[in-house]
Parts: sequence; C-alpha cells; structure tokens
Amino acid sequence: MTGATRATSPGPERIEGHAKVTGTARYAFEHPVADPLYLHPLRATIARGRVTSVDTTAAERVDGVRLVLTHHNAEALVPIGDPELAVLQSDEIAFRGQLIGAVVAETQESAAHAADLVEIRYERMAHDSDFRDDADIVYTPDADASPMLSPDLEEGDVDAALADAAFTVDATYTTPTEHHNPLEPHAVIAAWDDDGLTLHDSNQGSHLVRDLIAPLFGVDKERVSVISPHVGGAFGSKGMPHGHVALTALAARHTAGRPVKYALSRTQMFELVGYRPPTRQRVRLGADREGRLVATEHDSLEQTSRFKQYAEQSASASREMYTSPNRRVTNRLAALDVPAPTWMRAPGEAGGMYALESAMDELAVSAGIDPVELRLRNEPEVAPVSGLPFSSRNLPACLREGAERFGWHERDPRPGVRREGDWLVGTGVAASSFPSLFFPGSLATIRHESGGKYRVEIGAVDIGTGSRTALTQLAAEALEVPVEAVELWLGSTEQPHASLAGGSAGTASWGSTVVEAVRAFRTEHGHDPVSGAETTAGAGKNPDAGEYAMHSYGAQFAEVRVNADTGEVRVPRMLGVFAAGRIVNPRTARSQFLGGMTMGISMALHEHSVVDERFGHVVNHDLAGYHIAGNADVGSVEVDWIDEHDPHVNPVGVKGIGEIGIVGTAAAIGNAAHHATGVRVRDLPLTPEKFLR
Amino acid sequence: MKPFDYQRATDADSAISLVSGDPEARYIGGGTNLVDHMKLGIAEPGKLVDITRLPYDSVESLPDGRVRIGATVRNSDLAAEPVIRQRYPVLAQALLSGASGQLRNLATTGGNLLQRTRCSYFQDVTTPCNKREPGSGCSALEGWNRHHAVLGASERCVATHPSDMAVALAALDADVLVEGPDGQRTVPVTELHRLPGDEPERDTVLRHGELVTAVELPSLPFASRSRYRKVRDRASFAFALVSVAAAVELVEGTITDVRIALGGLAHKPWRATEAERVLRGAPATEETFRAAADAELAAARTLRDNEFKVPMTRNTLASVLRELTRQEGS
Ligand SMILES: Cc1cc2nc3c(=O)[nH]c(=O)nc-3n(C[C@H](O)[C@H](O)[C@H](O)COP(=O)(O)OP(=O)(O)OC[C@H]3O[C@@H](n4cnc5c(N)ncnc54)[C@H](O)[C@@H]3O)c2cc1C
Ligand code: SF4
Repeated sequence: MTGATRATSPGPERIEGHAKVTGTARYAFEHPVADPLYLHPLRATIARGRVTSVDTTAAERVDGVRLVLTHHNAEALVPIGDPELAVLQSDEIAFRGQLIGAVVAETQESAAHAADLVEIRYERMAHDSDFRDDADIVYTPDADASPMLSPDLEEGDVDAALADAAFTVDATYTTPTEHHNPLEPHAVIAAWDDDGLTLHDSNQGSHLVRDLIAPLFGVDKERVSVISPHVGGAFGSKGMPHGHVALTALAARHTAGRPVKYALSRTQMFELVGYRPPTRQRVRLGADREGRLVATEHDSLEQTSRFKQYAEQSASASREMYTSPNRRVTNRLAALDVPAPTWMRAPGEAGGMYALESAMDELAVSAGIDPVELRLRNEPEVAPVSGLPFSSRNLPACLREGAERFGWHERDPRPGVRREGDWLVGTGVAASSFPSLFFPGSLATIRHESGGKYRVEIGAVDIGTGSRTALTQLAAEALEVPVEAVELWLGSTEQPHASLAGGSAGTASWGSTVVEAVRAFRTEHGHDPVSGAETTAGAGKNPDAGEYAMHSYGAQFAEVRVNADTGEVRVPRMLGVFAAGRIVNPRTARSQFLGGMTMGISMALHEHSVVDERFGHVVNHDLAGYHIAGNADVGSVEVDWIDEHDPHVNPVGVKGIGEIGIVGTAAAIGNAAHHATGVRVRDLPLTPEKFLR
Repeated sequence: MKPFDYQRATDADSAISLVSGDPEARYIGGGTNLVDHMKLGIAEPGKLVDITRLPYDSVESLPDGRVRIGATVRNSDLAAEPVIRQRYPVLAQALLSGASGQLRNLATTGGNLLQRTRCSYFQDVTTPCNKREPGSGCSALEGWNRHHAVLGASERCVATHPSDMAVALAALDADVLVEGPDGQRTVPVTELHRLPGDEPERDTVLRHGELVTAVELPSLPFASRSRYRKVRDRASFAFALVSVAAAVELVEGTITDVRIALGGLAHKPWRATEAERVLRGAPATEETFRAAADAELAAARTLRDNEFKVPMTRNTLASVLRELTRQEGS
C-alpha cells in the first residue's frame, strides 16, 4: 500500500473557477431580489444580565426605517434546543454581543444609523469570562450525551511508568481563542411568501439549515428552501446556522414579503458565529532508553459557554497517535459567560496535535534522538486504544519521504547554533493526523438527459474546496463518460438531501453517494438508458466501519528564522507530505493542503483573539487587530502526497483533505523556532517578545 | 453612522472658513482614518470638507536645500519621490513600512500625521476611554495594553501614536506649516503631537479649523545615510510594536551628529534626545549604542502586557546604529 509518490497530472480545473475570478459567481448577499430591506442588529453591550428597557422612538423616526424588532415585538419561536437560534425570546443576556434586536430599513446606512439611536437599558449581573483552571468553572462533559465526545481514557499505570522512564517530558501548552474569518462574511437574504421561506444563505449545509430553521418557525421542511450555490469559505463557522439566520428570517415576517438582507460585519463575526476555544493542555511523556514511549498523558482544559455547550476534545489527539502501554487522556471544559465556541478547521486536532507534537520534540531533544526517528520508533501496529487494524497508515512513508526532500539528514540537532546575519536559523518537524469520517444520509439523483449527457444532483455545498469539480469527476468516472458529459447541481435544498460540508468528509460522503447512485441507476436503467431515465439513491452502510481505524496522516517540515535582536519569527520554507487515500483532483487537493498549512502558519505566528475578561469580549475584533498571515509571512510551501489505495474507508477510497493541512503545522514551526534559538515557547502564537532575551 | 454633508474645497481660504466656522466640520484627506472613525461612531462630523483638490500635491526642493512636501501628497507618491529616496531614505522606508499599498495610495501627508491612536478601546464606543469621552476612564491602563506607551504616558491615557511617517519626520526635525483663521504658523513635528497629560482628548496642538498645508524637511546632508526599522507582529500590514528612525554622521569612527526618533512607545513620535546626547562625540561601539538606549529608556514605565518594549527597543536601536555606522565606515 505504500507506493512511491504520485505521478502528477494536475486534474481538471475548478468548474466554477472562471465565474469566480470574473465575479459572476453569486454569493449569498449578491443574489438579486426585488425591493430588499436591510437589517442592522442590536447587540448587548454587557456580558450578563437583562434588558430592562428599550426606547426605539428616535430610531423609528429615522427616514427609511421600517421595523425595530426586539424581544417585545418578536414572535415566539418553537424551542428546538439550540439557544443560538432562540433569538429575541426573552430579556436575558448571556454574553456580550448577543443579538437583542434589529433595525430594518430601506438602506444599510439608515438601518445602522437608527440602530445607534435605540436606547437600551440593562440590569447588569456579575459575569465570568476569565478562562482558567478553577474548580468553580471546570467540569467533565457528559461523553454519553454525544458520539463526538470521548470519555476519559486510563490504561495501565502512567505514574509508575513515568517514574521508571529513562526520559520524560512534563509540559503545559496553551492555545488562544481563534476566529475563522472566512473571506466571505456570513450573509443571508430571507423572504417569506405564500409558499414559505426562501433563504439565500452562506453555509456549509443548506439541508441542515432547512432542517433547523423550518421547525424553529413551526413550518414543514418543504416550505423552506435554502440556496447556497457558492460559499466563500467557512472553516466550520458556517457549519450550523447561527442567530443571525433566525433573526433575519424573524424580521422578514414583518415586511409583507419584502426580502430582508443582512451581512455580518467583521466585528460582529467575532461575537456571533463561533470560534476555536482557548485550551490549556498538559502533556507528560515517558520513554525508555531507545525512545519508545512507555507513558503518554494528555489532559486538556478548553473553554465552553454557559449559554451553549461546545466540547472541544484536544487531548483525544493522543489516543491513537503513538504506541504507549500506559496512557491517560482527559478532556475538561471551563464554562464561562462568553459566546458559544464551535468547530474550527480540525477542531481538537489542531490544538491537540500542537501540544502532543511539541512534546514529542521536547522528548527527542531530551533523549538525544532525531525527532523523525523518534516518531518512527513509536509507530503502532494496530490502533492503540481500540486494537483495530488501520485501514491504512502511511505516517512512516510521509516522514521518510519528507525528510529526504527537505534535506533533513544534514541537520545538526543542537539548538541555537546557526546564525545568518541577524537571524537564527532552525528546522523542525511534526506529524499530522485526522480521522477519516463518513456522514451517512445523503442522496443523489442521476438523470440521463439525452445523447449521453447526464445531470447529477446532490444537495451538497461547495464552500470553496472544489467539491463541485471532484464530484463531477467521480460521477463521470462511475458513469464511464467524459467529465464534460456530466452537469452537476449542488448548493440548494432543491437537490436531494446531503450531509454537511465538514469533518473533511464531503468528498468521502457525497462522492460515495454519487458513485452508489450511479450503480443504482445502471442497475435500473442499464448502459443504454432512455432520455429522462432517472434514479435517486444513496450510499449504504460501510461494512468496514467499526472494523478498522481510519485516519489520514502527514509529516510537516519547517525552516524558521528568528531575529536575534527583535525576536521576529519568519517561516521561509515548509514542506508537507500527506497520505490521505485517493486524491481525486490534484489541483484542488493541493489548494486544500496548501491552505491548511498556510492557516497553520497563521495559527503558529499570529492568530489570537484577545479577550478582555472585564468586559467579556474580544478586543482586537477586526482584521487590523486580529492578524492572519499575509503574503509576506508565507514563504515557500511545498505540498505532496503518498499514493495510497485504501479499500476500506469508503467506496471511493477518499480519506478527506480539508483539515489535515493545519494539523501539526504550528508544532513544526514551534519546534523549528526552538532549534533556531534554544528557546521553547509553549504558548501560541509565537510573537516576537517570547523570543527576546 | 450619522448622516453628514460633504463639500469639496477649491481654495485654502474657503476650506478654512468652512471648517473654522462650524464646530461639527472636519477636513478630510484620504479618509482612510476618518471614515473608519465615522463608521465606528468615534467621529460624528456634520460636515466634511474635502481638501484633496487643493494645490498641495507636490514635493518641491527649495533653493536653500530644504524640501517642501504638500499636505495632500499621497504616501505612495512621497515614498517614490527621488529626492526623498536619495536624501531622506529614512522617510521613504517609514512610509513603505506603513499600512498596505491600497491605503498608501489614498493616505495623505497631512492625514497621516493627524491619524489617531489604534488603541482598541478608543476604537470601540462600548468601552470607556478618556480620549474619546473625557472622564470616562482608561480601559487600557489595566486591560490589554501590549501596544501601549512606555514613555510619557499619564494615568489618564497610555495610548501610542501609530504613524510610521511621523517618526521619520521627527528624527529629521521637520516643520509643519499650518494655516488657520488667524494666519500661518510653523510647528516643529516634534511639538505637533502632545503627551496625554490631563487632556488625552487633544492629540495635537492644532486648533479647530487649522489646516496643515505642508511639511518641510531641513537640508540635513547626513540624512542620506539613515534608516527606519519597524518591528511588528507580521512581516507586512501591521502597526509597529516599536520602531526606530535614525540618521548618523560618522567621522573616523566617532559619531559627530545623530538624529533618533522612536515609534510605538509614546503618545507622540518620541525624539530620543537622551540617546542622542550620549552618542554625539562618542565612538561608534556596541557599548555606546547600549548606553544610549539605556539613557533614553531609563524613564520607561511598563504596563501589564508591554514590558517587552524596553528590551526590544534597546536591541533594535543598537542594531540600527550598528548597521548605520557599519555603512558609514565602509
Ligand atoms: C488597516 C490599516 C492599517 C494601517 N497601518 C498603518 C501602519 O502600519 N503605519 C502607519 O503609519 N499607518 C497605518 N495606517 C494608517 C494610515 O496611515 C492612515 O489612515 C492615513 O495615513 C491617514 O491619512 P488620510 O489622508 O487617509 O487621513 P484622513 O482619514 O483623511 O484624515 C485623518 C485626520 O486628519 C485630518 N486631516 C487630514 N488632512 C488634514 C490637513 N491637511 N489639515 C488638517 N487636518 C487634516 C482629518 O480631519 C482627520 O481628522 C493604517 C490604516 C489602516 C486602515
Ligand atoms: S489608552 Fe488612551 S485611547 Fe486607550 S483607552 Fe486609555 S484613554 Fe482611551
């Protein structure tokens, strides 16, 4: 299964690429609608308490204002168990920035101006927004309540093994709050008519939006359509509809059919659409003389919101990564009066592997073993906790291939000894891993139009990853027709139900669905179907699910320079080699890996939402204050992958590539920064002052 | 954002009378700072007087060796001006290190000088700030103050001035030419911006209605060997954590004259007179550089998040002096 690296053919171009670069691809806010109104939200300026009074007189007098909506005049929504969607249902305030009303007007400007004139009075209550390890806020999430949560793991005797270990590491790492900041802000246009509700919305799953918004308003699902042909990035922040969708739909109930438009500002995106919660992770590792792990302990504390629980599972990264006879893995939450966190690109893995892979580097240094070699020595034969065989695991191949190409073997292991001019130079490595997920429940329709042309429909969403292109390719391949003979329709509830674009599971889940639907089509209509022949079908259960441990892997190498005078950190060179099953389209796949690694550089060096706990909000809440890596921060980033044929993961052999690129990047960079300077920084991001001496 | 009037001025006198006669009126240059402030609700002018069509858009070399920069010259044009690049590289470098290409294409010389602090509490009308709302309190004093001042601050305000260009101008001893309802006056750049004291709401010594018409650079031949070094969190498009503007005159290993200004440290571009005193007449050695930095930073008072600025400034100043004196000697 460990092939040589791929022979490249770039793969078809992104189908909607031309439309996107010429500006004709329509994003949510850009859909032409007749006679729209514009919404500007009212947001709480206290972190906890109650709204005691709202004076809308001045706002209502502003020219063009059509509606001021608050909890006083908002209709009752059906409680569906998601507090984020239950907007304007009471006077209670659970976090700063919470939606407490809206102004709807003829122009965006008059809505914003009127919103400034609404006078809101509060009863303040004491709040707690200070993320810390303190018994009065820390609890253990109920792992039985959700399949996404893993219970505490305790195998063997970690303490005894650590006491006897030849080499040990005991280190605490912290990662800060981070915000997704996709290029396209969250945006929605809502319109009610006799048929029901139409939403032009930016999301990761139009069917999921419908499945939640329809019951919220007590209408049948068929009466809600959600249209999302193009989405400009999401990273998890558009995985679930947030309060703004409910608010806009609620406002549109009052406008006699006129559509209501709302695009969030960057600042609002720091409060209303989720974030990666901060973590504090302690990792203890013990190894024998040869560097083989005898004990692995990973305890993570992560922030959640009292308003709505979200349980990140960073420590779980250490469950199946390396062999270790003794192991303890725990995840704890600290609940605060803050907005609800949510999934953000590799949720859990990104932060968890930062801690584990930094600790592995510390172990390599203390044991005097090359960090690539250390990882190779700890390769498990079967998945450590479950005991299941791996469907395929090519981490060693990634490490070896990467080391070879990066020139790793010439590396002098001593930290802090290479200097070029004012810059200290070092290199580092880290492993990447991400589970191969499959979301059931999608359906695809295959229709023979005429003359060998096929129409394929699946209600998936292309969030910019290239799903439209990859699915067209897979459909063409299964139909045994050229790519040009397939017209693929996605991005709307008009197409058959499809799962969320998330968990790097899109191509695996939808691709399998399309391929299975083609099989069903052929069974029903044969190889010479009449025009109009049509079949709708989905993918069955994978017989190998639960029989194998399924993950993708990768190895990332970084060269880092740290300025000896100022502490500034630069990353001139990175290489990532991945093993992620079948790569359907090398061109768009490369973008996913590259984008993941670039976001990893950004996570390593820059991203940090600074919370002022006195107010309970992020104070650097715009893109001037919240830094994302710019072009000048990203040097050469090379990406490649190992050919991997995995017959077990799913019918298309795809493992998923959207998230693994960001996993391990920050550790590789931190490890290289240590190699450059001898300074071990354990708190992200790696800002200059942390290297100053 | 409050509705407002907009007028395009055709000559300086009418611009000045439009603004000075109306307490709610403001000049607008490139608008890259003021318009943001209007959207954020920090500034609520009733009237904007656009001055970008006034005849202040050129850079002139004067017969006595000085250079006059019109107030509406765009930052990108100024940075590209041959006379600036050759005779005052510190200024060209400072300009090019600021903001982004798009912003520099709009930003004007006058607007850049008069841009306001980036303190995040100042920019957020939902948090107390003495500069925005006198007497409301300073949220930064005990809040997130990583970008805040270590020199010349007061209990009322610990904000820093964000301009890179102004730091270079302070090092060069530039003058600001101002016209107001009562006529013209000249203000040295080093005296244009104020320390916060008890009135942090006043950034500068300008009075309402006074129009900046030009900035003048003295001849200063040794400025042709000058340097601007900006330390920041990102390799581009980030405000300075600290910055150093310096010009050195070196004769046989001795520093005979020197100009230094520091950015990111104070409510104004900080002219480093103490450091200059130590350097003038001293040998160009690492020891001298460190002593100069220490002399300037002796008065530093750090806050919760900005302690690093002292060693960062010390190292950066030494590094810039090292580079400049190496250049001069070679
Ligand atoms: C994202 C971002 C990043 C930035 N990064 C940097 C950076 O790294 N370094 C840096 O130095 N700057 C940076 N800037 C700030 C930028 O340099 C300033 O916004 C710009 O220089 C202001 O010039 P302007 O002409 O647009 O000013 P305007 O916004 O037009 O005016 C600013 C102020 O000056 C007044 N004014 C303008 N002209 C005159 C005049 N002739 N006489 C009297 N009053 C006048 C206006 O009334 C207003 O109060 C950044 C800005 C942004 C938005
Ligand atoms: S430092 Fe100055 S600008 Fe910032 S909050 Fe305090 S008073 Fe306002």
